[in-house]
Amino acid sequence: MNDALAIDVAGLSKRFGELVAVDDLALQVRRGEIYGFLGPNGSGKTTTIRMLCGLLTPDSGRGTCLGYDVIRETRQIKLNVGYMTQGFSLYQDLTIRENLDFTARIYGMPNRQEAVEESLRRLGLADRQKQLAGNLSGGWKQRLALAACMLHQPRLLLLDEPTAGVDPKARRDFWDEIHYLAGQGITVLVSTHYMDEAERCHRLAYIASGRLLAQGTVSEVIQNSGIVTWTVECADLYALGAQLRGLPGISQVVPFGNQLHVSGTDAALLEQSISPFREQASCRWTKAQPGLEDIFIQMMEGADRHG
Amino acid sequence: MADRFSWQRFLAVVTKEFIQMRRDRLTFAMMVGIPMLQLILFGFAINSDPKGLPTAVLVADTSEFSRSFVRALENSAYFKVTMQPKNEAEAERLIAEGDAQFVVSIPENFARQLMRGERPAILVEADATDPTAVGNAVGALAQLAQTVFDRDLQGALRPLQGKPAPFDVQIHRRYNPEGITQYNIVPGLMGVILTMTMIMQTGLAMTRERERGTMENLLATPVRPFEVMAGKIVPYIMVGYIQVTLILLAARLLFQVPILGSVMLLYTVVLAFIAANLAVGLMFSTVAKNQMQAMQMTFFFFLPSLLLSGFMFPFRGMPQWAQNIGSLLPLTHFLRMVRGILLKGNGFLEIWPNLWPIGVFLLAVVAIGLKRYRKTLD
Ligand SMILES: Nc1ncnc2c1ncn2[C@@H]1O[C@H](COP(=O)(O)OP(=O)(O)OP(=O)(O)O)[C@@H](O)[C@H]1O
Ligand SMILES: [Mg+2]
Repeated sequence: MNDALAIDVAGLSKRFGELVAVDDLALQVRRGEIYGFLGPNGSGKTTTIRMLCGLLTPDSGRGTCLGYDVIRETRQIKLNVGYMTQGFSLYQDLTIRENLDFTARIYGMPNRQEAVEESLRRLGLADRQKQLAGNLSGGWKQRLALAACMLHQPRLLLLDEPTAGVDPKARRDFWDEIHYLAGQGITVLVSTHYMDEAERCHRLAYIASGRLLAQGTVSEVIQNSGIVTWTVECADLYALGAQLRGLPGISQVVPFGNQLHVSGTDAALLEQSISPFREQASCRWTKAQPGLEDIFIQMMEGADRHG
Repeated sequence: MADRFSWQRFLAVVTKEFIQMRRDRLTFAMMVGIPMLQLILFGFAINSDPKGLPTAVLVADTSEFSRSFVRALENSAYFKVTMQPKNEAEAERLIAEGDAQFVVSIPENFARQLMRGERPAILVEADATDPTAVGNAVGALAQLAQTVFDRDLQGALRPLQGKPAPFDVQIHRRYNPEGITQYNIVPGLMGVILTMTMIMQTGLAMTRERERGTMENLLATPVRPFEVMAGKIVPYIMVGYIQVTLILLAARLLFQVPILGSVMLLYTVVLAFIAANLAVGLMFSTVAKNQMQAMQMTFFFFLPSLLLSGFMFPFRGMPQWAQNIGSLLPLTHFLRMVRGILLKGNGFLEIWPNLWPIGVFLLAVVAIGLKRYRKTLD
């Protein structure tokens, strides 16, 4: 076992009937890092996270979470991991305080009252403690959920799309909080669909159809992707787009405001295909860094074609 | 997995359930309101002492005695002679179709046999499908037989007066040989109401967690299945006791049901019965995917309980296979115990044969429930 790794699993698979939700997945998350977990809808993110915290039993594979075996030592894992579910899963008919109090009791916290007070204060929920959780707005629900899964001072946080449906300011605050926690040595695995959030992670993994397609820091992922992107500004973007689509070497043509992003995996072929259009005076072509989104969409389509 | 049951986690669940129950006023009101409603509805049927029941008289003897008997019937107020069928076949049809609640047949030569001291018999057939409807009337009939002919039996016939009556009244309770009396129903209702609400509420309590997604959160914590189950059961045991108390009070005050045995003993056996039902509810909730299914499963269990326990139909009147199924159901044994304690003044020794089957049932169901309770979301 590697002490530097908070999560170290390999060969993880989970089937639901015919459907292979997670397929031979290996994941290594270092202690104290914020690890982004990305992938399209239904790619198996939630399933993977559930297997990591002992909520689902993997069909095959093995590994450890905080050094505890993910199959045999789920109880230890549960005691030391904070899991924030994708949907709000606290009790809507309990107040904020009652929810926190319940959680503190379930984890058998010795100084329960203090811990609850502290948590209310830290998250700025103190003056709303008597409000029913069900009546909170999305942003506040998310804060409460985070507070609840932090209460027992876990060493690893598994956050499943914690910021879905939350406004940008609240999202920013949330990420500041996550970075603060990482600074305290807590490991965070967070799934998200937002690219800006992906860029705030130390490292990330991208999965599609249950398979790991990329892993590493943002720049590693970009470099390893082998994708070339050109941007073009043009008078009639849509006409140009229609002409470009389907040409050899061009796999994506995506409008971004006044620009088109034209990407492909074969640089030479791509350049060959766009060369006639580069002659046109009205268009300005620039070779650009592909964005994470370009890469992920590329990978996703690739995965679909091969899978 | 080594660590054991934790009181703290158990109490956490209990507290949470109480708070949720308090917040859900409507459900709580229903749990207290349904028993009262049922009691009052059933209570009217029980309490009413139906009079003027339609009676057909088949008189094959045209003596003064026959006329006296029919007149006495009418005077008792329970019977109203509305039909005079001409023959047995017609009488049979009247009772079969429900037109007549009673058919009174006075045989040929009744008067002659009576005067000879041969104790002729008057046959009274009662449609006892609704036993509460005929119970009192039949009682009145027995009284009436003692004295009905006193005025006719004068002079030389005087020695025929008094006990025993100079003739027999043969009563055939038809369709319902056991003839459940009115007192049976209120105690029985206690069992029926408990079965219904306990199973349903616990069934819902757990599936609600799953439907609202809170189960996922709960499973991710170190709480153990037994702690969750027990924690969910306790608040409903309290609700069960509230129901029992309400029913007992109503039984005593509204319907004058006798309470011969020990109320303490009753409260003790109630605990076993409530626990058995709660366990069934929890077991169902480990199977049901949503609250709707839990509800359906409740009825799936409730109906046989209602029909085969002896609440609706006399237990001994059922075919053997139905009795066998009935013997597995806690309600069957509970009904016997409650009736035994309240009406016969049974003590622990007498009820024990009906207590242990509930205990066995409880253990079996808890075992299945714990086995089925999924510690994971698989
Ligand atoms: N309990 C289950 N039974 C059957 N199929 C399931 C179950 N849970 C998940 N799946 C399927 O497994 C696949 C992966 O689902 P999962 O929830 O892990 O995806 P996800 O990456 O979290 O998606 P999203 O971004 O939409 O949350 C999906 O096709 C889903 O329908
Ligand atoms: Mg998901």
